[in-house]
Formats: sequence, structure tokens, C-alpha cells
Amino acid sequence: MKSGSNLEKVLASGKPAVTAELGPPMSADPHEVVHKAKQLKGFCDAANITDCQTAVVRISSIAAAAIAFQNGLEPVMQMTCRDRNRIAIQADLLGAAALGLKNCLCLAGDHQKFSAAGRLKGHPGAKNVYDLDTSQLVSMLKKMRDESKQEGGDPIEVPPKFFIGASWTPMGDPIDIRPMNLLKKVNAGADFIQTQGIYDMELFRAQMAKIRDLGLHERTAILAGIIVPKSAMMLKYMDSSVAGVSVPKAMIDRMSKAKAAAGEDKKKMKELQEQEGIKITIELIHQALETPGVKGVHIQAIEWESAIEGIVKAAGLYPRPSF
Amino acid sequence: MIVGSQKPIDEIWSMVKDFKKVLVFGCNTCVAICHAGGEKEAETIASLIRMRAQQEGTKMEVNHLGVMRHCEPEYFEPVMDEIKKYDLVLSTACGVGVNFLSDRTGTIPVYPGINTSFYGAVPEPGVFVELCAGCGNCILHLTGGICPIARCAKTLMNGPCGGTNKGKCEVSNEIDCAWYLIVERMKKLGTLEKLAEIQPPRNWATSRDGGPRRISVEHIREYEEKEEAKAGK
Repeated sequence: MKSGSNLEKVLASGKPAVTAELGPPMSADPHEVVHKAKQLKGFCDAANITDCQTAVVRISSIAAAAIAFQNGLEPVMQMTCRDRNRIAIQADLLGAAALGLKNCLCLAGDHQKFSAAGRLKGHPGAKNVYDLDTSQLVSMLKKMRDESKQEGGDPIEVPPKFFIGASWTPMGDPIDIRPMNLLKKVNAGADFIQTQGIYDMELFRAQMAKIRDLGLHERTAILAGIIVPKSAMMLKYMDSSVAGVSVPKAMIDRMSKAKAAAGEDKKKMKELQEQEGIKITIELIHQALETPGVKGVHIQAIEWESAIEGIVKAAGLYPRPSF
Repeated sequence: MIVGSQKPIDEIWSMVKDFKKVLVFGCNTCVAICHAGGEKEAETIASLIRMRAQQEGTKMEVNHLGVMRHCEPEYFEPVMDEIKKYDLVLSTACGVGVNFLSDRTGTIPVYPGINTSFYGAVPEPGVFVELCAGCGNCILHLTGGICPIARCAKTLMNGPCGGTNKGKCEVSNEIDCAWYLIVERMKKLGTLEKLAEIQPPRNWATSRDGGPRRISVEHIREYEEKEEAKAGK
């Protein structure tokens, strides 16, 4: 075992892994983290604790991950390259490991201009760091863990034992470079990969065939990203505006049909679309897990953590393995 | 070349309004090409200040002047006596020129009349694009001649990130994704497989992060010292 994390153990057992996501609040109140952690506990093997996603200030990933951990949920702390240089990142990694955290997902991070896709003021005038990029961050973590060395070469007496993750956008643009993109992250030392949300399963499977040709599915554990759709509007937005995500027209039509079945009743519109979204999610989970080389799913129910229990149970992925 | 753009007249006015004799001093090289700070633009700025002074009822003498380069003393030394007749120099040179002149004007302040923006080129008249960041450690041979430090919003060395959308950057759909361009260019050059190599963390000490940079060309220094010694004899 590299880290001894629950996620690593599940993957080592050969059973399909399930990770979820917990978004920390824009406030100093820990209760929301505790509440969400309780909703997710038992229904996933680990939950990503986002690191100021969409460039919005929230409780830091490490602090929220520590709170989740204290409440029985195994966290995957996230570390972006946007906000910290290699000194701050390593200091935070040592601190996180000292707090008992065992999984770390390395990300470039949304650019500071993102500001929740323009819905919040955010901090578009912030200075970004990007001292390292994702592949370099993964290499640094591996060097710290396996060689007990800081990036600069100084020794680490007690190294941080992280299960190292990275994200991958399989259908990102330019699409033909994406397998090489994953190859670099795997060569850098990524133990597991969580992909960008997948709706176009056919295209994802074509990319996975290339990944198998490169043998990468045997060198890293690929968890397919599934973003739970809530409405036809969300699917249209994801299709048109989210980088690396394409949604088949048939899926958007299916959701629109669910919406139309509610007539003018707004409450019912929401209910029916959410029900349909959960059905779509379960189908996507099954299709993803049937794809050769896929070792698990990363289910993101954004600001809808309560949906995870039902999804995981309905998908036949409950109870989660325990060790 | 160095590309700049004029500061808004309100900002300029707030800088100059308390001075009685103002010289708007243009530089006729880089910043003249980008229509920001050459002698012609200095003349325009001087008349805008005069107009504003008149509107505000402020008594002020404003003139303009221009020389070829503000970054080498021999170009502005001939006009130094003229410069010293003013109580403010509003330089429309790049930041290099402002710093350099400011060190040589004694008690006369030198203020910036333009914003120095980047090192760029002119793809078409009136358009200027940033292509180099002056990071001090060029890697263009690894990236198909397209600089990820200057042209990727995240300065990624192992791009692209997940934010590339239809060839554009996640920062704006007006900005080309540098890594998209790099990939397409390297495909054409037949060198795409070079990108599989992980570029290690950079040594940013060659960039501004290492503090102000200085380059000394030894053989030129030696020659100059010899010449100075000869002249001394």
C-alpha cells in the first residue's frame, strides 16, 4: 500500500470504486461540511473536497477534509496549482498528512477569472501562481512520498504517504492529444484518475480504447466522472459552455420531455427532471463500469449531496466494501 | 518590441495638475510604433493637458519633446538642459524609459504617461499581440515556437489543461488556447511525440522572481574599460 487509504484498498480489492464530491461552504461555519459528510458517509469510498472550485473562496480543502475525516468520511483533498507556489503546496501537504489525510487530487485549478462562471464577484483581479502545473505537482508528490525528498532535494524525515490522483478531460480539445495528456500524468505518478463529467459514452469509449492501447488502464485506476444532471437547462449549458463536455442531443431531448410532462407546474418540473437525472446517472454509471479499463466512478452531485445515497443504492453499488 | 497604451486623460490629469511646468516627453521607438508614446502622441497628450488646464482654470505651461530612445543616455543627453527647465516630466516612454530617465533628472520627478503592457508583435495594422514574457529561460524549441509562458493564462509547461474549449482559453473565447496552437503546430512539424516528455518544474529565478536582472557582456565591458584607460592617459 502506498497510502493505506480506503480508496486505495477498494481499488486494490478489484471492486469498482465510488467517489463523490463535497463542496465546502463560503463561510467559516463547519456545520455544512459535517452535514454533507454525514450524507455521503457509507455511500462512497472517499469524497473529493474541492479546493476553491470555480475560483470562489470557500473553506480550504485541507481544513474541510480534516472536518470530514473527523466525521467518518474519507476525504480526497484537492490541491490546485493556481493559488500556491511549491513552498506553500509542500507545507500544506505535510500538514495534511500530519492531520491524517491520505488522498490528494492534483489539479491545475480554474483560472481566477472564473468567479463561478460569472455568477459571483469572485476575485478576477487576483494574481495567479502556477509555479507548477499538474504533471509537475504529481511528480513532486511522488518524490515526497517515495523518495522522502522535497522538490528542492532536502530530505523529509517522515514523508507524506498520499494516494496520488489527477484529473483527466478525455474529450477535451484538442481531443487527439488527450491520451498523451493522461500518459504524462501517469508517468508523473498518478495512482488514480478522475475524469471530467461524461455524457457522451460512445466518445468516451473510443478514448478508452486508445488508453488501453497505451496500457494506461493497468498503470492507474481510472474513475469515470459522472455529473448528476438536474435539468434540461443544465445539460444544454454543460454541452455548450463546459470545456471537454459534450451531451448527446437525445439526452437533452429526454430531459426536456421529462420537463414538458409537468405542464406548467414548476415544482413538478423540478421533481420530474431530477428523477430523470437520477435515472440517467444510474445508466451512465453502469455504462461506465462496463467500459473495459474503468475501475470506478466519480459521481458529482453538485450542491445535491443528498442524492448520492439513492443513486449508489439504485446502481447496485451499496453497501460499500469495508476493510 | 515593447507595447504600451495611453493612460486615460483623467489619470494623467490627476498626476500633473499640481505642477506649473510640464514636459510631455515622447520616445520614438517601440511605443511610437504602437501609437502610444511617440513624439506625435506626446504632442497630443500635451494639448489634452492644456485643454484640461484651461477648463479647470489652472495656470500651467505644457510642452512636448521626443527623442529616439529613452533607454540609452546618448539619446536624451543632448536635451537634458531643456528637460531641466520643467518641474515635471511626463514620459510616454515604456517603464524602462521612465525608470532610466528618473535616475538622471535630480529633483525633477518623471511620471508615466502610458501603461507598458507587453513584448509583442504587429500581426495587422493597429493590432498588437503578446508573444514573449521575457522569462529568461527560453523553451520555444520544445513547444513548436509558441510560448506557453507568455500565451497560456496558467503558464503551463505540460498543457493543455481541461479548460480548452473549441481551441479557445477558459479565460475568454477571444483568447486562443496556447496549448491548442502548440499541439496543432507540432503536428504539422511532425514533432508531436516530443510533448510526451514531462517538463520538470521551472527555475523561475531567471524570471522576475529572482529579483531585477542584469546582464554584463564581458568582452564589451573589457573593451570599454581599455578605451577609458587609454583616454585617461
